[in-house]
Amino acid sequence: MTNGKEQPSWFERKENITRIYRGVWVICGLLALTDFLYHKHIVFKVEGFPAFYGLYGFIVCVGLVLGAKELRKVLKQDENYYDR
Amino acid sequence: MIADLPPGLILIIGALVIPFLKLRLRPYFMLALPVLSLIHLLLLPDGNQAQVDMFGHTLVFLRVDSLSFIFGLIFLIATTLNVIYGWHEPDPVQQVSSLIYAGAGVGAVFVGDLISLFIFWELTAIASVFLIWASRNERAFRAGMRYLVIQIGSGVILLAGVILHYQATGSIAFDNLGLVSFPTALIFIAFGIKCAFPLLHNWLQDAYPEATVVGTVVLSAFTTKLAIYALARGFPGTDILIVIGATMAAFPIFYAVIENDLRRVLAYSLNNQLGFMVVGIGIGTPMALNGTVAHAFCHILYKGLLFMSMGAVLYRTGTAKGSELGGLWKSMPWTASFCIVGAASISAFPLFSGFISKSLIIAAAADEGHWITWLVLLFASAGVFHHSGIKIPFFAFFAHDSGIRCKEAPRNMLIAMGIAAFLCIAIGVYPAALYAILPNQVGFEPYTTTHVITQLQLLMFSALAFSVLMRHGLYPPELKSTNIDSDWIYRRALPALLTWASGIITHLHLRTLMRAQVRLQRFITSVHRHHGPQGTLARTWPIGSMVLWIAIMLCVMLVFYYL
Repeated sequence: MTNGKEQPSWFERKENITRIYRGVWVICGLLALTDFLYHKHIVFKVEGFPAFYGLYGFIVCVGLVLGAKELRKVLKQDENYYDR
Repeated sequence: MIADLPPGLILIIGALVIPFLKLRLRPYFMLALPVLSLIHLLLLPDGNQAQVDMFGHTLVFLRVDSLSFIFGLIFLIATTLNVIYGWHEPDPVQQVSSLIYAGAGVGAVFVGDLISLFIFWELTAIASVFLIWASRNERAFRAGMRYLVIQIGSGVILLAGVILHYQATGSIAFDNLGLVSFPTALIFIAFGIKCAFPLLHNWLQDAYPEATVVGTVVLSAFTTKLAIYALARGFPGTDILIVIGATMAAFPIFYAVIENDLRRVLAYSLNNQLGFMVVGIGIGTPMALNGTVAHAFCHILYKGLLFMSMGAVLYRTGTAKGSELGGLWKSMPWTASFCIVGAASISAFPLFSGFISKSLIIAAAADEGHWITWLVLLFASAGVFHHSGIKIPFFAFFAHDSGIRCKEAPRNMLIAMGIAAFLCIAIGVYPAALYAILPNQVGFEPYTTTHVITQLQLLMFSALAFSVLMRHGLYPPELKSTNIDSDWIYRRALPALLTWASGIITHLHLRTLMRAQVRLQRFITSVHRHHGPQGTLARTWPIGSMVLWIAIMLCVMLVFYYL
């Protein structure tokens, strides 16, 4: 299957993964700063908080993944659970 | 006369001809059907047309208005794409059932009365189950059976509701019914089952991933969106739908994060997307309803596209499990690109279709002051990017190299995916075309600075959360597993309960039987003692015994005489 001589591709090289990772941080930082540059049309007061959407997105996603991990402890069964 | 023909019937009648055609001709013929139907639909004038008087009722087979038109339109576009996607598939079972199913879906959208709706409602169930059974294995057969029982059950509840509703009101018209009585509640539940309401949902995640490569793509388009259409027609502005929809949007995403089968992940995210649409119906303002309809339109395209890309992976590698895939972008670069377009659309990135439809619903929720719902929908938006936008393409095409080397998807699949991807971007870039055919006249501008920046923040920070969790090894790995969902109730709990109950009943039965036997034995013994060869009563001669009995009877009579 895997060809031993094959070079690791661009996406698999460690330095590139680090680059992508840092890139995401930079983009998020810039997007957060953008909030100070325009007039935000808001309905709820909380939206006015700087980078509210970003912070909220980050927190709920971490919560989602950690919550799902806990849920897995309760829900996870063998792959053939129903076939037995 | 030709103007009276419901567009769905073209597909259904045409499908019946397919098995008699030569194998080579079939795909061309199948493609011609939805295209013809589409042209026919575009030429149809507004208003009620085909009516048939039957059993003293007026059945309306064709009602063209802005709501039915747009659903009919997207159903036919989806059918066209599905035919192209399944071009290589020679199985007549799938060819016929997919078109009858699509025809039934289109048919149901255009009916104007509840009896005709019931007929098409059941036809979608019966036709579609063959797409699951066409996998031709034990698992698929069982999943199909469960699917069929639930779908037919939904139809039976619908019928019960319709009959009671007719008795109460004397009307079978399919218009705004409102959740006002027991009969309408039954109809509401019937719609809810097909719409995968929380706890009524699991037929979807159970059955769709067991269908064939083409079958899952076909299934993803019609059943649930027909239910969305039916809810939008019958129950707009029903408050409880806001709660139901918000729950639907939020809770399947937890399952999506830990699910290994990527087609099942998509089934969970399908459920989550339906949640947004249901919230829109619940809010019921013109803008919210527009949002629901627009989102259903975009959703059918990008969800179909995502299922197509995972189907292509399954077709080439034989698996759609995240734990076994990875690094496929080298082998399937086109499929990977189209998948990413689908992922960007479902995540509602600006310039992709989901953005211009989902923001209508979220904005409507905010405008009406539903702040909890609004927060839940934002959470669901971030979550959907997380599990559908990132997880699906990441684990299939990137992540670690699984070592699988395969061919790119067949050309017909690539064409279907290409068209779907093009439409996703086209709608995202030029939303005015879609907005123009929505049921209500609403001025809404999706591309404001606030919308774009806030949405980008939400998405990029979700991506950041994913990256951070991945980097620090906190992200749950893809594991071979089955996660218990509500189907556990009828696949494990109820059977176990029945086994337990039948055990107890068997035990009681045996004990009663044994006691009866012991009693009987005792009785026989006692009879034997008195009347047997050694018994007291057997010792006398029969005449002596008779005299004794006559004497006893005379005594008894004497006693009665004096009483």
